[in-house]
Amino acid sequence: MTKKILIADDEPNIVVAIEFLLQQSGFEVVVARNGDEALELIAARLPDLVLLDVMMPKKNGYEVCTRIRECADWRHIKVVMLSAKGRDAEVNKGLSMGADMYVTKPFSTRELMARIKSLLDDGA
Amino acid sequence: MLHGTSIVLIAFAYLGLLFAIAYYADQRADAGRTVIASPYIYSLSLAVYATAWTFYGSVGRAASDGIGFLPIYIGPTLMIALWWIVLRKMLRISKQNRITSLADFIASRYGKSALLGGLVTVIAVIGILPYISLQLKAISTSFTILVQYPEIIMPAQVGAVPIRQDTALWVALILAAFTIAFGTRHLDAAEHHQGLVAAIAFESVVKLLAFLAVGVFVTFGMYDGFGDVFARAAAEPKLRAMMTPLEGVGSYGNWVWLTILSMMAIMFLPRQFQVAVIENLDEKHLNKAIWLFPLYMLAINVFVLPIAFGGMLHFPDGHVDADTFVLTLPMAQKQEALALLVFIGGLSAATGMVIVETIALSTMVCNDLVMPVLLRLRPLRLNERRDLTGLLIGIRRGAIVLILLLGYLYFKLAGEAYALVSIGLISFAAVAQFAPAILGGIFWKGGTRAGALCGLLAGFAVWLYTLLLPALARSGWLPVVLLEQGPYGIALLKPLELFGLSGLDEISHAMTWSMIANIGAYVGVSLSVSPNADEHRQASLFVDVFRHTGESGGARFWRGTASVPDLYNLLARFLGSSAADNAFGSYANAKGLRWPDKGLAADAELVHSVEVQLAGAIGAASARVMVASVVKEEALTIDEVREILDEASQVVVYSHRLEQKSRELEAATTELREANERLKELDRLKDDFVSTVTHELRTPLTSIRAFTEILLDDPDVELAQRRKFLAIITKETERLTRLINQVLDLAKIESGKAKWIESPVDMKEVIADTLAAMGQLFKEKNIEVEARLPEKISAVTADLDRMIQVMLNLLSNATKFCDGANGWIKISLLELDGCVRVDVHDNGRGISPEDHGTIFSKFRQAGDALTDKPLGSGLGLYISRQIVEHYGGRMWVESRLGEGACFSLMLPARTASAVGET
Repeated sequence: MTKKILIADDEPNIVVAIEFLLQQSGFEVVVARNGDEALELIAARLPDLVLLDVMMPKKNGYEVCTRIRECADWRHIKVVMLSAKGRDAEVNKGLSMGADMYVTKPFSTRELMARIKSLLDDGA
Repeated sequence: MLHGTSIVLIAFAYLGLLFAIAYYADQRADAGRTVIASPYIYSLSLAVYATAWTFYGSVGRAASDGIGFLPIYIGPTLMIALWWIVLRKMLRISKQNRITSLADFIASRYGKSALLGGLVTVIAVIGILPYISLQLKAISTSFTILVQYPEIIMPAQVGAVPIRQDTALWVALILAAFTIAFGTRHLDAAEHHQGLVAAIAFESVVKLLAFLAVGVFVTFGMYDGFGDVFARAAAEPKLRAMMTPLEGVGSYGNWVWLTILSMMAIMFLPRQFQVAVIENLDEKHLNKAIWLFPLYMLAINVFVLPIAFGGMLHFPDGHVDADTFVLTLPMAQKQEALALLVFIGGLSAATGMVIVETIALSTMVCNDLVMPVLLRLRPLRLNERRDLTGLLIGIRRGAIVLILLLGYLYFKLAGEAYALVSIGLISFAAVAQFAPAILGGIFWKGGTRAGALCGLLAGFAVWLYTLLLPALARSGWLPVVLLEQGPYGIALLKPLELFGLSGLDEISHAMTWSMIANIGAYVGVSLSVSPNADEHRQASLFVDVFRHTGESGGARFWRGTASVPDLYNLLARFLGSSAADNAFGSYANAKGLRWPDKGLAADAELVHSVEVQLAGAIGAASARVMVASVVKEEALTIDEVREILDEASQVVVYSHRLEQKSRELEAATTELREANERLKELDRLKDDFVSTVTHELRTPLTSIRAFTEILLDDPDVELAQRRKFLAIITKETERLTRLINQVLDLAKIESGKAKWIESPVDMKEVIADTLAAMGQLFKEKNIEVEARLPEKISAVTADLDRMIQVMLNLLSNATKFCDGANGWIKISLLELDGCVRVDVHDNGRGISPEDHGTIFSKFRQAGDALTDKPLGSGLGLYISRQIVEHYGGRMWVESRLGEGACFSLMLPARTASAVGET
């Protein structure tokens, strides 16, 4: 069964790149432009993994992550934080909110794909 | 009816009452529960200033001079205002040095000079004798008049009365007995006579009440109040003249001299020094005395003029002496009780003065005149006698009797020739001679022993010649021709018109010459003779008394060897062994030891302490001699004294500097703390800036890297997609470049290194150029642009490229925020009030008013800065505003959320001529 991945980022070019990569690897991709949209789509589509940009309009990545972890039905969803903010404090904050992984921009596409796959395999 | 016997009995009963009060207060003091520790008692005791002279004499003076009696009370009132400066210092000095009298004070100040102490004593005794005789005269006169009641007969010539009926002599002897009882119970003259002070305070109340009673009786009983008395007096030509007493320059001079004289008297009369300084329990009592004492002076003077006028109206023929009006008016009105009260009031005033004055004088005579001589007379072998306390008391008692008998003698010699006030003023003039030595002594370190000796001798000599000699001449004891023609007929040396000075009254004349001589000699000799080590030390201890705290201040100046038993025996000989035990006990206690204790060291401090104790009994000069006789002292040279003083003053200087330094440090710390806060804030801003910039850099970098890797890893990406990806890469690279350029631009502007060209710029041209550059973008985004530009507009002073940069920024912002579907931008250019204004209006989502300020800040954009993805670098508007403001203009926004935004800028227009120039 094809795994579903939600990309939540307001930087259109980055979304284009990640979407392309994920589709190449055979994932089903859903795109959200801000925090609120991300939560709506999570509820509607129940993705297996969410790629969350931290700096988004409406609700930021931390808030969305917290919501995901608060909801019993969404426990299984893997969360990967994406951020241009790469200081230790910010990484730790993301992880403490319940994210499974914190990736700093700019990232290596190969590494990102590999880690997404391994995360999804673990959960399966 | 008033009989001689009953008057005498009542007088004795009153003196007995005074004694009982004194006895009670002394008992309480011995029990440690003082009754006089009050500023009110202190103020009342100061009123010992008001003697029989005030009580009887003021009215007499007023009857001859009108308000001429007033300076005697104005002076003290003025002086008391200065007490906080002068008397507080004298108090502190006296307590630290256990000063016993005025003579002791002066002697101690000038190197503990026994000669000076002796001289002061002689001057004080001779100078005060007239004053004491005045009191004797007042008591005997008032008694003599009262026993004649109801007849009013002035006493016959005193000289004609046989000795057994001579009231004044009996008065003198009785007062001597009382004074001995009051004043010589304790040996230590520096100790407080609490009983005496209590009795004096009481008698001050009695004399005030008695005087007020007569005043009220005359003013309101005999007449109808103040207005009536003055109106009746004004009706008499002779009395009217008294109401305008100041005629001619001489009169004003007399007033000034009398005021100065009484200013000195309130400080330096031995009895005033006794009550104000020696008997003072607490410096703080001064605070209340400063207004209470003048109040007392005012109260006792209110009725002087009414009584004087009343007396002159009632006894117009002049057969009644004006000095007796206070007594004779009630007698004439058949007011027996009131007359008796007056007699008691007068007795009160006189006895108070006599007792305190003679105690003060006897202490001086004993400590500063007799003891120094006795101690130096080897054949007496005083140094070998074990107990000298009996001798000391004996000398004081003898001195008391002697002084009162001398006062009586003066009364017999000169008493009748002068009115009460004139006699008193002669004494005032004598004690005023102490003023230069004392005031100079506590404020001027340069005053020396030789200077003080010469000043006092010169002033006293002039006093003898110009005041005492005329008094004796007028009384018939010296040829009157001396006054009229001068000695050997030399007119320049006439005692009352010395060197031709005339036009002043006797007192002013004497004061003028004596003060010139006194101050001249004091200052002149002080400046020309250098002080020895002792004088130098004492000068510093007196003048800088508030800096040298504690009694040990003087101990620093002693060097030598001594033994504890020797010192103890010395003290015991003069104070008695129990007092000596007490003194050593408390000294040892303060050191944390017991007495007797072998650990007690006979060091400089102990020697100094013993000397101070001894000074309290026999005066500073004698104490110095006695201590020197039992210790082996190494004399300090003047240089060593200077060194010690320098050390002390250096310590003061150091501590001043330290204080200043610590204040400076505190200020510096505060400054540093503030600077640190500013730095922290700057650091935080810089952190934010770096963090924001890196964030802004990472975003395009992420896209670039991602697409590059995609293309690299997968060569088979479709061509169309490949193109799309490459186009993104190019765009993101441009974005990076733009950002970097803006950051650098900002850095330049902020560091002040940016080059600002100032040339005339036509904003129409700027707008046209910008629109042309952005035409393609507008077309792509399908934005309708409308520019309303006037035909002609003034130039502004700016840099063309910078202005284009600003316009580009405004238009690209507008483009970004424009409504996606039907976007429009309106540009208008106009000139008003000497300014060129550009408005750029868009129909985008608008900016909420609370963001209007922040969008012009660095990296701040509309909306929540944290969550809203920036559409630009966040530096554009900030830089634009910096540019506009640099050229003297301003930039702002008007907008509401959802209603589009209008960015405006305004720059000052160049004047027409200015455009032409460039």
